[in-house]
Amino acid sequence: MESTLRIALIYPDLLGTYGDKGNALVLAHRARARGITAEVIEIDARSSIPESCDIYLLGGGEDAAQVAAAEGLMLAKATIERSIKAGSAIFAVCAGFQLLGNSYAAADGSELQGIALIDMVTTAGSDRIIGEVVIEPAQASGLPLLTGFENHGGRTLLGPDEAPLGRVIAGRGNGNGVDGVLRDGVIGTYLHGPALARNPSLADYLISYATRISLEPLVDDLVEQYRAERLAYASLTGAELKRATRRLHRG
Amino acid sequence: MLAIDPGLLTKLGSQDRVICVSATNGKTTTTRLIADILRAAGIDVVTNHTGANMASGVTGALAAPHTPSVAVLEVDERWLTHVVDPLSPELLVFGNLSRDQLDRSGEVNAIVKRWRTITEADPTRHVIANSSDPHVVYASLPASVTWVALGIPWIHDATTCPQCSELLTWSDDGFKCSSCTFCEPKADYRLDGEYFIAGERRIHLDLSIPGTWNLMNAALAATVAEAHFEIPAEDAIKAMSSVEVVSGRFSKHRLDDGREARVILAKNPAGWTEVLNWLKGRDAGVVLAVNAHIADGRDTSWLYDVNFEALQGLSVVASGERALDVAVRLRYAGVECIVEADPLKAALAAGGKEVDIIASYTQFTHLTKRFW
Repeated sequence: MESTLRIALIYPDLLGTYGDKGNALVLAHRARARGITAEVIEIDARSSIPESCDIYLLGGGEDAAQVAAAEGLMLAKATIERSIKAGSAIFAVCAGFQLLGNSYAAADGSELQGIALIDMVTTAGSDRIIGEVVIEPAQASGLPLLTGFENHGGRTLLGPDEAPLGRVIAGRGNGNGVDGVLRDGVIGTYLHGPALARNPSLADYLISYATRISLEPLVDDLVEQYRAERLAYASLTGAELKRATRRLHRG
Repeated sequence: MLAIDPGLLTKLGSQDRVICVSATNGKTTTTRLIADILRAAGIDVVTNHTGANMASGVTGALAAPHTPSVAVLEVDERWLTHVVDPLSPELLVFGNLSRDQLDRSGEVNAIVKRWRTITEADPTRHVIANSSDPHVVYASLPASVTWVALGIPWIHDATTCPQCSELLTWSDDGFKCSSCTFCEPKADYRLDGEYFIAGERRIHLDLSIPGTWNLMNAALAATVAEAHFEIPAEDAIKAMSSVEVVSGRFSKHRLDDGREARVILAKNPAGWTEVLNWLKGRDAGVVLAVNAHIADGRDTSWLYDVNFEALQGLSVVASGERALDVAVRLRYAGVECIVEADPLKAALAAGGKEVDIIASYTQFTHLTKRFW
């Protein structure tokens, strides 16, 4: 890595429906707190995606915007692949996450091509998934429980050689018990929040991966209090749901 | 939700001349301003002034006994087709469309398509619409339109062309599609700072309600007065100048420590952006009271779509049921704050000679009940 951490916010005008800019803010904030200079580069839909960035961020977007973003990403596919091979990281949320796969579902249900960086397909679900989510990441990742808010209609199926970001404890994620994808600097997820504001350890994971620097711990009491509140809320509503279902079955 | 018999609405609507006002932001205020303008011109008015803007509220307003009048109806943007089909209004007034409570209403484009079916069904109907908003323009185009250029402070939901989905480009001449013929129409009236421009006439908008967003509401109402009711804009603006409070919006209250607190409703990123820009120029304490119920939008991610950096240097208190979401957002905006979930205690804790309480929807309705 060069001396400055370069954070690329890709197409904030298309893929920025759910406060996704916040992820860039958190990365820059936590890098600077460790004495790493950081720069956020916003790449709008008319610009080409540069190769020399350390962390690439893709956010959520409406259907038409997702299709427009896919066109630009297709052109930049080789650039993105080279960057990842060189040690850069990608963090992709919701519509942006879906675009990393082989295919995704358009508004009318038809199948559109993704950039096939990850072996996965997303199809349209029968209902929209909306609500608080808690994810338990694989132990090897060293990540704690992740909290977020999901709002999507997609169901994402990972190929046999891909691993999810984690197991779903509350909420639905990919729609089959797991959420997202985690592989060599590529993280995809359905978690909004923004995810990095709710989960600073995930931000540190990305910074660490991209800089190859082992970061000093940085505990922010306010953020920890916020995380605790969100995790408690999700498990509370989860427990309530379970109780309600049990009551229903008893008649 | 009450199921309303469309036949009942049709019957009720046939007594009056009906106009419907819809937008993501400003519909309650614009409706009130239009009603006051018409009354000042000696026209009898019925209106759903309490902000009851779905089919049931509209029915309630029309069902009250009254002499034949002009019915000025605020209609929820998602409910417009349900109200327009049975009522067949002679005029539609369209302000703006942007993301609002995404987890409930789906996407902006879906609302635009529904509005468009209304104008396609009756191209002779008069529509008064904001020519600066691509979504509104696309929805209005098939009708007989009077355009007013109100400006668009929030373009983040208007990146792609509503007609062909290619990218829109923006310049000093407004927006145009990079691929098809869709572009900003030439305006008949426009807002220029604090002035309403009608041909050669440049009329100062002298208002008692605050903010750029209310100048936009007033310019829209003045256009309705002049272009549809032939009331000179000068008279319309005079009639609007005394409006201070609209359904609790902008109302002022005395705090226990003697200071004055003003309550402002902000429902979505576009609304918050406007309010934060206004706060930047003031020297008051600020309470940001946010909930995340369905009516507020359950996903608080939107906090990061809004420029809270504008509050740097002000005395700010994060409040509401989601005070911690707000406090964390402020942390990343470089704004110091204290956290106090109760907005009235928060107002007392805020510094400044007076306090502005900016509230999400359910915080706003709760607060106005506590004050009154």
